[in-house]
Amino acid sequence: MFQEKNAMASGQQWVLVEMVQAFYEAPAYHLILEGILILWIIRLLFSKTYKLHETYKLTEKEKEDLIEEWQPEPLVPPLSKDQPPLSYDVVTGPPSHKIIINGKECINFASFNFLGLLDNERVKEKALASLKKYGVGTCGPRGFYGTFDVHLELESRLAKFMKTEEAIIYSYGFATIASAIPAYSKRGDIIFVDEAACFSIQKGLQASRSFIKYFKHNDMEDLERLLKEQELEDQKNPRKARVTRKFIVVEGLYINTADICPLPELVKLKYKYKVRIFLEESMSFGVLGENGRGVTEHFGVNMDDIDLISANMENAVASIGGFCCGRSFVIDHQRLSGQGYCFSASLPPMLAAAAIEALNIMEEDPDIFTVLREKCKHVYKALQGIPGLKLAGVPFSPALHLQLERSSGSRVSDMQLLRSIVDHCLERNVALTLARYLEKEERFLPPPSIRLVVTIKQKDEDIQKAVSCIKEAASVLLKQ
Amino acid sequence: MTIIAAPGNLKPHLNGLKREDSRKNAYQNGREKHGPRVGVGSRQHSRQEAFEQPPMYVAVMTYVGYGIVTLFGYFRDFLRAVGIEKCNIAQEREEQKDFTPLYQDFENFYTRNLYMRVRDNWNRPICSLPGPVFDLMERVSDDYNWTFRFTGRTIHDVINMGSYNYLGFAENNADFLKTVADRLQQYGAGVCSTRQESGNLKMHEELEELVADFLGVESSMTFGMGFATNSMNIPALVGKGCLILSDELNHTSLILGARLSGATIRVFKHNNMLSLEKMLKEAVSSGQPRTHRPWKKILIMVEGIYSMEGSLVQLPEIVALKKKYKAYLYLDEAHSIGAVGPTGRGVTELFSVNPADVDVMMGTFTKSFGAAGGYIAGKKELVDYLRRHSHSAVYASAMSPAITEQIIRAMKCITGKDSSTEGIRRIRQLAENTRYFRARLKELGFIIYGSDESPVVPLLLYMPGKVVAFAREMLARKIGVVVVGFPATPIAEARARFCVSAAHTRDMLDQVLHHLDEVGDGLCLKFSRRTPPSRPDPSEETDFEPNS
Repeated sequence: MFQEKNAMASGQQWVLVEMVQAFYEAPAYHLILEGILILWIIRLLFSKTYKLHETYKLTEKEKEDLIEEWQPEPLVPPLSKDQPPLSYDVVTGPPSHKIIINGKECINFASFNFLGLLDNERVKEKALASLKKYGVGTCGPRGFYGTFDVHLELESRLAKFMKTEEAIIYSYGFATIASAIPAYSKRGDIIFVDEAACFSIQKGLQASRSFIKYFKHNDMEDLERLLKEQELEDQKNPRKARVTRKFIVVEGLYINTADICPLPELVKLKYKYKVRIFLEESMSFGVLGENGRGVTEHFGVNMDDIDLISANMENAVASIGGFCCGRSFVIDHQRLSGQGYCFSASLPPMLAAAAIEALNIMEEDPDIFTVLREKCKHVYKALQGIPGLKLAGVPFSPALHLQLERSSGSRVSDMQLLRSIVDHCLERNVALTLARYLEKEERFLPPPSIRLVVTIKQKDEDIQKAVSCIKEAASVLLKQ
Repeated sequence: MTIIAAPGNLKPHLNGLKREDSRKNAYQNGREKHGPRVGVGSRQHSRQEAFEQPPMYVAVMTYVGYGIVTLFGYFRDFLRAVGIEKCNIAQEREEQKDFTPLYQDFENFYTRNLYMRVRDNWNRPICSLPGPVFDLMERVSDDYNWTFRFTGRTIHDVINMGSYNYLGFAENNADFLKTVADRLQQYGAGVCSTRQESGNLKMHEELEELVADFLGVESSMTFGMGFATNSMNIPALVGKGCLILSDELNHTSLILGARLSGATIRVFKHNNMLSLEKMLKEAVSSGQPRTHRPWKKILIMVEGIYSMEGSLVQLPEIVALKKKYKAYLYLDEAHSIGAVGPTGRGVTELFSVNPADVDVMMGTFTKSFGAAGGYIAGKKELVDYLRRHSHSAVYASAMSPAITEQIIRAMKCITGKDSSTEGIRRIRQLAENTRYFRARLKELGFIIYGSDESPVVPLLLYMPGKVVAFAREMLARKIGVVVVGFPATPIAEARARFCVSAAHTRDMLDQVLHHLDEVGDGLCLKFSRRTPPSRPDPSEETDFEPNS
């Protein structure tokens, strides 16, 4: 066939006719051979040199063997000797000014009842009246008949108290900032956050899946360095920068260090680098400022300069839950995007009623904040110079940390040592507590410490007694 | 019907979860279980779980409906942009106009143009007990729902078909609440500390013993918020190198907890055992992606009753699979505890599954117990571990004493420890109400989803316009209903959801059914093409005891 083709190559128009002719004339074996040849070429073109899947694929039998063979880790690790089951201190009776811990009646330096509102008769009365009307639970999220008139009242009261446009309440303090952060900050956004930020902030950051940049605790230079770095980065890629939201997340009074954040500097940085500020005020709401509005009032910073303020109502307000406040432009978004708001049952009305009455008391008598601050300063001064212990925090913080001056080198033995001081004081009717952390989960684990909470209910002699107990314990137990 | 989009992709709480396999019609296959399914190892009645498909035109009209409102949305956005329509949205401060916008424009398209027009159907404020009937605060809008104004009037005695008040413990009878009031008087509202520091009250421990006893497990731990019970404890149980297999309709709190744990998450089709088994087999035999190391542990996360579908978990099948593949099982009984099972002990009792076969029993007190908070129960090792490692125990405020007392009270009532038969009466009443209500709805020709035993009753409305008309019309007839549409449900499956309560009287249910019948005819909502079953004899419905 090829020879015939070659012979006719000169006459162009004949080629096709010839080819067809040749096709008819060619013997059958020739055609079959060529057919096979073509198929072979096609196969070579389209097949891979080896089959990845076939060699990797497990047979059913192999799979069954693997399933048989696999031994998962236990759901929870077995108890080890150095981690015996933790037995909590048992509190019987109300944890107000006096607290009964493990059967021992003590003066309470452990509960965050700063303003002593937990056992306030007016608050209880309002909560009881609410219980009578609304029962206990709300049996629904806010969207589905879980919005009560009490909630609306509490929200508008909080907004009024904080002098902001709008407030939103959550049914759990921890869930407040942890839900608020991911409502705004999404994947690709950037959050600058203080290293000492509390655990609920850390969880909010994690849920947001944004880029997290930690700056050194209260170190504005370090923050500015990070902001500058980011600014350079943004100049390189302005298109991306235009849609990248940036936030600074700080606490008013840090629960982990009892320090205050340098808010005026933060506000300056905010406008310089165009970053929004979220402020967590669980420790400072109802504590700092002339009217208890928190760290903004303390520094005289304009409320509107802070994009979002969140706080829980479990400390100074002595109820349950938390709230966020700010401009409606910001806050309203959470009503559809705050996960802990949308997907959780709303706050039981009696707890909301208790919070409203607590706000009433705070508004009627702003002197309590002065009293509290004086108490804090008094305690702070009295706790200075205890051998072996150092006091962390600012003088007006109501939740202070007593740390070991010299660590023994191991966290476990430090904790044991501090616990022995706590036990010593418990024996002598002074209730303190260790600050608890999840050691493996914390981003920057704070040093071990004894938490000491100041409330307005503590009398001078109570404070004196506590201080002398701690001193005594320190001198006995920290000799080595 | 394959037009229906893969619903998981559209659910907001599933965003970001990797969907391993999303063939569009596979979801449907899993739900087309029309035949009766018999619970394993029991002589119990067969369970019917049906998800009837609507006629084709309904789906088409639904999409057309969404198409029209979306087009209108763009049109209005255009009008706002050129300044013809007034823009009511709260604006950024002048000082911060040059910041990166806090919201992207498209993010709020749905809220601004669709939700805003109809949002009077949600967040309706109530001003009474959320019992079988409640009072709503009348509100009107002068600017198409941008703002609401309260008229000061109250709409009295609206029948409440929305609250999760399954056993009627949302009550304000002073005699029942006496102990709660006492605790509130004695302790005040809050606790002001965490469980690990100085907030561990004796009564918390008492409650935990009651819960463990009620569920038939070794130990339990309680937490102040149901949502946080999931989101703050799952990370303590699994982490990097672990695999979570999660039902695609799981609640946001489970998904959040899974995400915070750092474990790999894979989603199986709703209640689809084939999908689950395939994933389990694949996971165990090929290990972690890339490294091919075996998984450290595999946790299957399911719910007892799915709150939007009314479907029951296929517990016996899942327990069998979990045993075969040595996975662990996390069962969220938020809606099922107290609400199903002959004595209210949830799905384990309903399916006669040994509670010890469920590794982590989780539930909430918000619903059946009329309180707030949640629990995790199981083996003593598990609970001891959580006492040390649960995020909630270390960082979050302990449960309010009065709330604790309410749960103790309800628990004692359900278990008969208060030496009355009130608890068991309510459980039976709920079962009876549920069966009656569901049977009558089917009879009327509505398409309803879920199991016959589930007190969560979704009634399919499909079209967005009908959803809104239905909710408004029902309120006008003094019936409070919950309606849900996209994005809480698949886009083509908007629905109304009724929560039946033991506190509903037959008269109330009849009234609701009567109005549903009329509204159903008026709005053409009776999509079912099945021949309605003959009406069951009510006397049979209470025959519920397995040991009888």
